[in-house]
Amino acid sequence: MIYDFFYNLTGSQILAYVIGSLLPLFIFILPFALVAVLLERKVSAHMQDRLGPMRVGYHGLLQTVADILKLIQKEDIVAESNDKPLFNLAPVLVFAGSYTAFAAIPFTSAFIGSNIDLGIIFIIAITGLSVAGILMAGWASNNKYTLLGAMRSVAQIISYEIPTILVVLSLIMITGTASLNKLSEMQSGHFWNWMILGGPGLSLTKFLFIPFMIIGFVIIYISTLAEVNRTPFDIPEAESELVSGYHTEYSGMKFAMFFLAEYANMFAVSAIVVALFFGGYQSPFGYLGNTLHLPWLIPIEQFFWFIFKGVFFVIVQMWLRWTLPRLRVDQLMAVCWKYLIPIAFVNLIIVGLITVL
Amino acid sequence: MSQYFKNIWSAISTVSIGMKVTFKHLFVPAVTIQYPDVKLELPERERNRLYMNMDDCIGCDQCARACPVNCIEIETVKSLPDEDLGKTSNGKRKALWVTKFNIDIAKCCYCQLCVFPCPTECIYMTDVYEFSEFKRDNLVYDYATLSPEERVQKKLNYEKFEVEKAAQKAAAAPAAAAKKAEESKEAKPENKEVKPESKDIKPETRAASPDNKEATSGNSETKPENREDKPE
Repeated sequence: MIYDFFYNLTGSQILAYVIGSLLPLFIFILPFALVAVLLERKVSAHMQDRLGPMRVGYHGLLQTVADILKLIQKEDIVAESNDKPLFNLAPVLVFAGSYTAFAAIPFTSAFIGSNIDLGIIFIIAITGLSVAGILMAGWASNNKYTLLGAMRSVAQIISYEIPTILVVLSLIMITGTASLNKLSEMQSGHFWNWMILGGPGLSLTKFLFIPFMIIGFVIIYISTLAEVNRTPFDIPEAESELVSGYHTEYSGMKFAMFFLAEYANMFAVSAIVVALFFGGYQSPFGYLGNTLHLPWLIPIEQFFWFIFKGVFFVIVQMWLRWTLPRLRVDQLMAVCWKYLIPIAFVNLIIVGLITVL
Repeated sequence: MSQYFKNIWSAISTVSIGMKVTFKHLFVPAVTIQYPDVKLELPERERNRLYMNMDDCIGCDQCARACPVNCIEIETVKSLPDEDLGKTSNGKRKALWVTKFNIDIAKCCYCQLCVFPCPTECIYMTDVYEFSEFKRDNLVYDYATLSPEERVQKKLNYEKFEVEKAAQKAAAAPAAAAKKAEESKEAKPENKEVKPESKDIKPETRAASPDNKEATSGNSETKPENREDKPE
């Protein structure tokens, strides 16, 4: 794994850990956030027959770089009546929550921060950390809108974790593993081995799984969308009613950390969906490296496919965002408790019965 | 129970309809006009910044009188008989030195009423609409082509000419010898009076500044209004 590689390279355990943990941040999260913010603005603009940023660079390509430069220069405002320790800790905690999730995400067969057996459970648990961060931010800002946003956010994230976990459970029942790396390895070969199409093998159960896998995919996609506070589930940061919710009082780099965490989260949940249902880093058609007998090419291809699938689902998230209006609080809870959870439960039971077959 | 499944179905179907609409709009060309680079074509008879072509102006003051908001200020001096000012492009002979032609575009209401009375069609509306300024004074456009020194000079010339003419008339009855002596006496004090006046005018190259009230006597009516408008 990546840690062993750096250990052999540097000969120092600490250095290997530091490099291994910083790598996803610098080679992936920061560039992804830069690209995703621009992509979001361009996609939204073109969906509304506008052009979006056009001035900075060719078709506004450098717009987010300019925005980051602006954010760095901004004053870091801490109001008099803010709860200062919590106020300063909150963005760090929110970002740490979404960053830590990347430790267990298998980018390729060779690049996985920490190859733990409970990978998917770890991700679900650690993203709960950002709930604490959001509540902290809302409380410490000492502002009724931020507090309202934070409380809505916490209620929402906790509710929507249940359908997510139910769907994940059904997958664990089928595969018998919670390690994302093993899950991805299982789905190797061609795209008909992906979990969305019933998983590997060619038995009767594979075809019986297909409809329930699709239902499971839809449920987990909706619920993870709600977990990262994206539209149509963005009532915690509803601009029009709550003036952006829990990060209203933040400015400068602290705001940038919330922003970065939001985009990192977007990719993290897409990566989870990809790893669970769409073969993770596996190529849909087999590898060029195998046919050309170039073993070093395979991880690069895997990285490409993983990013490709992940970004595809991020774009679908944006597509949904610019299509659907925001749900009301009671509607939001109704979607979760009256629809997603019962369906996920029934799905879980049926999948369990088929597994017994 | 059937309502429950109906709800699920309507949710799925309406969301997919909406997604289809937004996806289609991804490929609809944008309606945005990239303004400073691309500009909308203006209508044929658009009325924007007022322009005055000084070469054709005969100084008839008709546009200033037509203006409902008094944004045009004109001052003229008669030319001397031996001076030739040339002709306008449509053949009218110019007889007046235009020593002041100010258009306060901040006051202008773009009514185009000044355009029609002009006998030489030298004042008209252009298609320029980007002329914002940081100072309001900069919105007073000075169209007179004479330099500030020339403007003073023309006035002096005419006054001198008037004096000479008056002197000639006065000398017509008495004898020729007496006339010459008189003329030299009268002309000298006249010059002394004029010279301090010219000193007043010279620093004020901007005709719009409110200080040249004493120097310019022609538009004593418009000046007080001018002062009210200025932010102090």
